[in-house]
Amino acid sequence: METAELHVHDVHSHDEHEHEHHELGFIRKYIFSEDHKTIAKQYLISGIIWAFFGGALSILFRLQLGFPGAKLEWLRPILGGWINESGKLDPEFYLALVTMHGTIMVFFVLTAGLSGTFSNFLIPLQVGARDMASGFINMLSYWFFFVSSVLMFSSLFIETGPASGGWVIYPPLSALPQAMPGSGLGMTLWLLSMTFFIISSLMGGINYICTIINLRTRGMTFTKLPLTIWAFFLTAVLGLLSFPVLLSAALLLIFDRSFGTSFYLSEIYINGEALPNVGGSAILYQHLFWFLGHPEVYIVLLPALGITSEVIATNSRKPIFGYRAMIGSMMGITALAFIVWAHHMFVTGMNPFLGSVFMFLTLIIAVPSAVKAFNYITTLWKGNIIFTPAMLFSIGLVSMFISGGLTGIILGNSALDINLHDTYFVVAHFHLVMGAASFFGLMAGVYHWFPKMFGKMMNRTAGYVHFWCTFVGVYLVFFPMHYIGIAGFPRRYYAWTQVNGFEAFADMNMFISIAAILTFTSQMVFAVNFFYSIFKGKAAPQNPWNSNTLEWTAPVNAGHGNWVGEIPAVYRWAYDYSKPGSATDFIPQNVPYSATPESNLPEENEEIATEKEIDGLLEAQNESYNR
Amino acid sequence: MNYIIGLLSAVFLVLAIMIVNKSMALSKGLQRNEEEDGYSPVDGANKNNALGMLLFLVLGSIGAAWSFKVSQPDFLPEAASEHGLKTDEMFWTSMAVITFAFFVTNALLFYFAFRYQWKKDRVATFYPVNHKLEIIWTIVPAIVMAVLVFTGWRTWSEITSQAPSNAVVVELTGKQFNWLVRYPGNDDNKLGEYDWRLIDDNNQWGMKFDDENSFDDFTSTSEIHIPKGVPVLLRIRARDVLHSVYLSYQRVKMDAVPGMPTKFWFKATKTTEEMRAELQKPDFNYKLNCTEVCGRGHFGMALTLVVDEPEDYKKWCLEQKPFLTTNPDYLAKVPEKLKAKASKYIVAPEASSDSTTASIGGTSTIVTIK
Ligand code: HEM
Ligand SMILES: [Cu+2]
Ligand SMILES: [Cu+2]
Repeated sequence: METAELHVHDVHSHDEHEHEHHELGFIRKYIFSEDHKTIAKQYLISGIIWAFFGGALSILFRLQLGFPGAKLEWLRPILGGWINESGKLDPEFYLALVTMHGTIMVFFVLTAGLSGTFSNFLIPLQVGARDMASGFINMLSYWFFFVSSVLMFSSLFIETGPASGGWVIYPPLSALPQAMPGSGLGMTLWLLSMTFFIISSLMGGINYICTIINLRTRGMTFTKLPLTIWAFFLTAVLGLLSFPVLLSAALLLIFDRSFGTSFYLSEIYINGEALPNVGGSAILYQHLFWFLGHPEVYIVLLPALGITSEVIATNSRKPIFGYRAMIGSMMGITALAFIVWAHHMFVTGMNPFLGSVFMFLTLIIAVPSAVKAFNYITTLWKGNIIFTPAMLFSIGLVSMFISGGLTGIILGNSALDINLHDTYFVVAHFHLVMGAASFFGLMAGVYHWFPKMFGKMMNRTAGYVHFWCTFVGVYLVFFPMHYIGIAGFPRRYYAWTQVNGFEAFADMNMFISIAAILTFTSQMVFAVNFFYSIFKGKAAPQNPWNSNTLEWTAPVNAGHGNWVGEIPAVYRWAYDYSKPGSATDFIPQNVPYSATPESNLPEENEEIATEKEIDGLLEAQNESYNR
Repeated sequence: MNYIIGLLSAVFLVLAIMIVNKSMALSKGLQRNEEEDGYSPVDGANKNNALGMLLFLVLGSIGAAWSFKVSQPDFLPEAASEHGLKTDEMFWTSMAVITFAFFVTNALLFYFAFRYQWKKDRVATFYPVNHKLEIIWTIVPAIVMAVLVFTGWRTWSEITSQAPSNAVVVELTGKQFNWLVRYPGNDDNKLGEYDWRLIDDNNQWGMKFDDENSFDDFTSTSEIHIPKGVPVLLRIRARDVLHSVYLSYQRVKMDAVPGMPTKFWFKATKTTEEMRAELQKPDFNYKLNCTEVCGRGHFGMALTLVVDEPEDYKKWCLEQKPFLTTNPDYLAKVPEKLKAKASKYIVAPEASSDSTTASIGGTSTIVTIK
């Protein structure tokens, strides 16, 4: 009795302590904040800004590809010397655009914007924690990302232009400033920026993992975690193990560039000069890069899949089908993601036997991916589906994931990849499966958790319009790209005048560009809706989607510490939707089985006995916050 | 083809407009509802969104099938190499498999979305797991993958196997921004050694003239000739940055890496003339494109490929003059003991003055197209 009272007191003083934080003023609250919710919003808004910027770059190069003859003088006020005398984009600037577009989208939008936002926002709220394991490191993580963003952005304004060798920055092109102007200062800034980015994502990842392992509320076992959390967890593991390898690849490249080493350089003659470097291997870089690069595609995709699992189950009013299979397939994907990287290198001249091994491993990874798709579809079956904007984007994600994933089966076949590698077929493949699918996951997450983030509702009609324009638009842009790829058009080409049969696809390229411009423009609907709703949206109810997860038990405008009073305990999994016998079509995770005898399955009745045990953990849990 | 643009843009616009209109009208009706009984996640647009799913499935399927049909004539024609015929066949079989999966899964997805749209008195079926189903749809894809891997692996091993010993060897060197070609010569049929430190404006290959195999090597920077029906081994290297050899009609691709020579062997099955006849384009030429970004001129880094009948190829080779013949200055680099051998390739000055040669960088003019 006494100890219990003591604890109430402890908690109280803890709350008071938290309260003091609030009084710290604007800067600590909104800028150098250690609150995971604020940091999540910082990531989200940074991500949205980057997304528009990266998208605008792609529109610029689509103009060149779709309208190769067009005069672009009207862009001179923005682009200055990058538009040459004849009113066309400079070919080097074209490559800079492609490179920056890829870098921004992959790292700044889909890695930081997606994981950064939703891991930060949802992990503490869904596992039942007051905040991240280390609020301070979490804050550092965002600010390292910010510095990284500033560096990358500033590289666009230097005279020699930003990095231009493709987002994969293969040396020697990226190592030799004499090979292209973008490999000068622009590349230095790129490498510097990525170094900060990697540090940021490592700090984020460590926090996510620690929080999920250590700060789950009482009763929240791993098998009761929502799939979002599983996805964020495995994503963080992927990042933690693979980003350091990219960092080492970048470091070696920095050495080669600045200190005369020969890790990647050998027997090079350029600009009338034979370089002294011998013994390096350009292929070594590719191995290191893709050791991150392939996991990276799942770092980007898994959170989106996690979000989708949550949104589809909630809005089908059905449990997610095959919860354990979903976890299993995500684990399988995580493990396999580390051993398929060389499928990006089938035609680099590496040992053909290695190619066979990687083909085998690559096609295995298609199996868990297929399982996930089937599980989503079955979740819809016999549901009672509510098409919220988040749900629409989730269904869109599943469709993109299938359509893009299937072509992976072709590319993963090394014999077929010979012809398709580095053509538009690859561009179509990864934009659907990774670009669009992850982007749709991001959007689903924003629409679904906006009420929790800002305490306001977004306008749903605008959401529907946004979805349909984006969904139709993305398919119109990327589906035809398969055809261009099958016709043998290489990627990263400024113009296809030297490609056989290029005239035949001039119209299709124009069509793709028009579709891209329209799709990009329609994102304005989202931007307006988002920023307008933050300020003027209707007040959000406690649990707008009638969802089971813990975040909806926290106050609508949750303060620092998330829950007022005790953190709720968890007694059941997150997917008790439309449970037979239950009067409501959802039973939140914090409702004990003893309160729902009418709907319990036999084995669940047995779990009632463990409820006391769970409740008994309250003390230990509170203590852990006061240590 | 313009009509594709028109039509598809129209579809896009109409769809968008329709949705805007309908959902606006309906959600207005709903907002009133909401005020009465609190927030409901379902609104009046639910039906339209469900209908949109079905519509997308139908229009999307039609669009996918139709756009394929329209684009197909412009795909690469039947492969002009032996392995290409095999990979093409495998490509289209795999395509058939994934197209089937594509339509079935997308159809189920959109149909279920439509069919199980929210109804006031429907209760969703609590259906969390079915092990049998899960095992089936793990095993079926696994088997399909296994078959694909196996056939792919067999073809891949064939393609990447050791080149036959009778293969015609041609060396390709990538540099910013053109391709350098070198042939092993008519006498010893062996490529001489090279060293990147020996590269200069004429000897762009860095040929070593203390290696007697270099003496009869002849070179070109404007086109590459290969014979049909005979194994051809491309020895590929790069001087400055990465490049990649892509012969789209022959389905050949291999990166060119500075410091790490690579190779690719294949058998061409159609001469340039035959392809011209087939395509009914008398001025058609096979192209070698670069498919690894290499800088400013990447997109223009192409070389003409001429596939000859074997006899024509032999004849053409015999017409070529060794590098040493057209650049007699390099005799100075030949060590004393080999001078005698090398001077065989040096022609009296007046003979070489008016010869049109295929070997001087960039300006070659000899073309053996009949
Ligand atoms: C069914 C499973 C998949 C298979 C078998 C597969 C296979 C491949 C292969 C073989 C390539 C290399 C093609 C080439 O460069 O020639 C590739 C490229 C790529 N894939 Fe996948 N993939 C799959 C799923 C995914 C997923 C889920 C994502 C993203 C979340 C993804 C993202 C990418 C990206 C970004 C590239 C291109 C990278 C670049 O060259 O810039 N793939 N895929
Ligand atoms: Cu990959
Ligand atoms: Cu190139």
